[in-house]
Amino acid sequence: MKQLTAILEAIGSTALLAVRAARHLPTLRRQFPRFIEQCYLIGYTTMPIVTILSFFIGAVLALQSGYSMENYGAKQFIGTLVGLSMVRELGPVMVAILLAGRVGSAITAELASMKVYQEVDALVTMNIPPERMLVLPRLAAVLVMMPVLTTIGNLCGWYGGALVCKYTAFISIEPDSYFATLKRYMEVKDVCDGLIKAEVFGFAIVLVCCNIGLNTRGGPREIGGAVTKAVVISLILILVLDYFVTKALI
Amino acid sequence: MTSSPSTSPFAAKTFGVKIDRLTKRYNGVAVLKEVSLEVRPGEIFVIMGPSGSGKSVLLKHIAGLELPTSGRVLIGEHDAADALAAARVRLALVFQAGALFNSMSVYDNLALYPREHRLCNEAGIRERVMRVLQILSLEKAVARFPSELSGGMKKRVAIARALVMEPELLLYDEPTSELDPVMSATIGEIIATMRRHTAVTSIVVTHDPIIALSIADRMAFLMDGRIRATGKPGEFQHPADPAIANFLNPTIDLEHPRFKQLETDNE
Repeated sequence: MKQLTAILEAIGSTALLAVRAARHLPTLRRQFPRFIEQCYLIGYTTMPIVTILSFFIGAVLALQSGYSMENYGAKQFIGTLVGLSMVRELGPVMVAILLAGRVGSAITAELASMKVYQEVDALVTMNIPPERMLVLPRLAAVLVMMPVLTTIGNLCGWYGGALVCKYTAFISIEPDSYFATLKRYMEVKDVCDGLIKAEVFGFAIVLVCCNIGLNTRGGPREIGGAVTKAVVISLILILVLDYFVTKALI
Repeated sequence: MTSSPSTSPFAAKTFGVKIDRLTKRYNGVAVLKEVSLEVRPGEIFVIMGPSGSGKSVLLKHIAGLELPTSGRVLIGEHDAADALAAARVRLALVFQAGALFNSMSVYDNLALYPREHRLCNEAGIRERVMRVLQILSLEKAVARFPSELSGGMKKRVAIARALVMEPELLLYDEPTSELDPVMSATIGEIIATMRRHTAVTSIVVTHDPIIALSIADRMAFLMDGRIRATGKPGEFQHPADPAIANFLNPTIDLEHPRFKQLETDNE
């Protein structure tokens, strides 16, 4: 019962944080430098790891599917499989997982230490709402950067798959043929669905991490605990949301 | 409980504070017990007491950072627990550890308030910030970050950040903690000088008797969550209350050590 109350409280306070941040939306133009800084932290610094990981996910996907599909004479459809898997599922989910681990943890650690060392209290006494200065620019930045990161991840995954198809002896599919099948069965809706998923994941991760950071109490030990909690909850949330968003989009 | 001192180059008006039967409990444990106080507009009011007596909690209630379990805190006519009070009363709190924004330079720490509230253009903000830095002899620290400052400088920057706000009520939480005696005296001088400059009501929480007796217009002793005594500093030069006398002039008594008493209390 106590745990259920705690879960409901956490959901309530996270939703409230979103509402409070949304209330300051008209001030976003004034916060442009902070927004750009967050775009850099969320987007640019995450890009290398997204590139590497997505490339190898695409490569492994092509390798595994090539190995299995060869037996059924369906290896010409590897491009379709890799393309759709990356766009609809693996791209958004992998980028979200990386975001939770890399950006979510950093956001939680920063806000939790600001809370513990009374910087957040200082903002409150200065009548500067923390939601306006600390939460809104991050939420706006993640909404802008998630589609960018996901698109880059998708492209890297496709090219990873293409390279494996060309240079693996038992697959040996030329990139032209690989991309032709990839395009043939892919629709704009598939790409849009993937980007919608990415937006939902990114928004949820940043919101949860901000909320946990801003509600941290205690000392340095609690900051570590808050980061662990934020990452674990974010990862669970990604998979839970993935099911419901997929169901809603199909 | 509002006054408008004409001599002030900073604040246009200042507020008194009335604390009425304030009680605060954390997990059932009472930290403040029916505390009642009245701070008059424009005075330096010092709240003294041993560590753990509830001084900082009391200050957080005045700042509206904590909500009372019962009772209330009024700043002028406004309830401090009301979130809107922050907009109605320009209140500045100098935190014990400074609470400076570590990711910002000293200049940006000071410029944050006028920028966020769009009080003036960037040239006006610069003038305002530099004027306060000059008063506190901090011009050379303007481009430094909080991590590059000494403890004393951090406190001065925290006071400077509060002054840039041109506060109508100024709260200090242990402004001399962790400082050497000379720096403590300097901070005491700054608090007294600032009041002279601004005529703003200042509430200082401290356990430093030298500073308290030197700068206070009136003071109160908070012990075990209750107000033990209030009065002018002169009244506490030779206090009749043994607990206050012992707090102001502690002696080392090896025959009856205090820590033994603490052990008994805990049992």
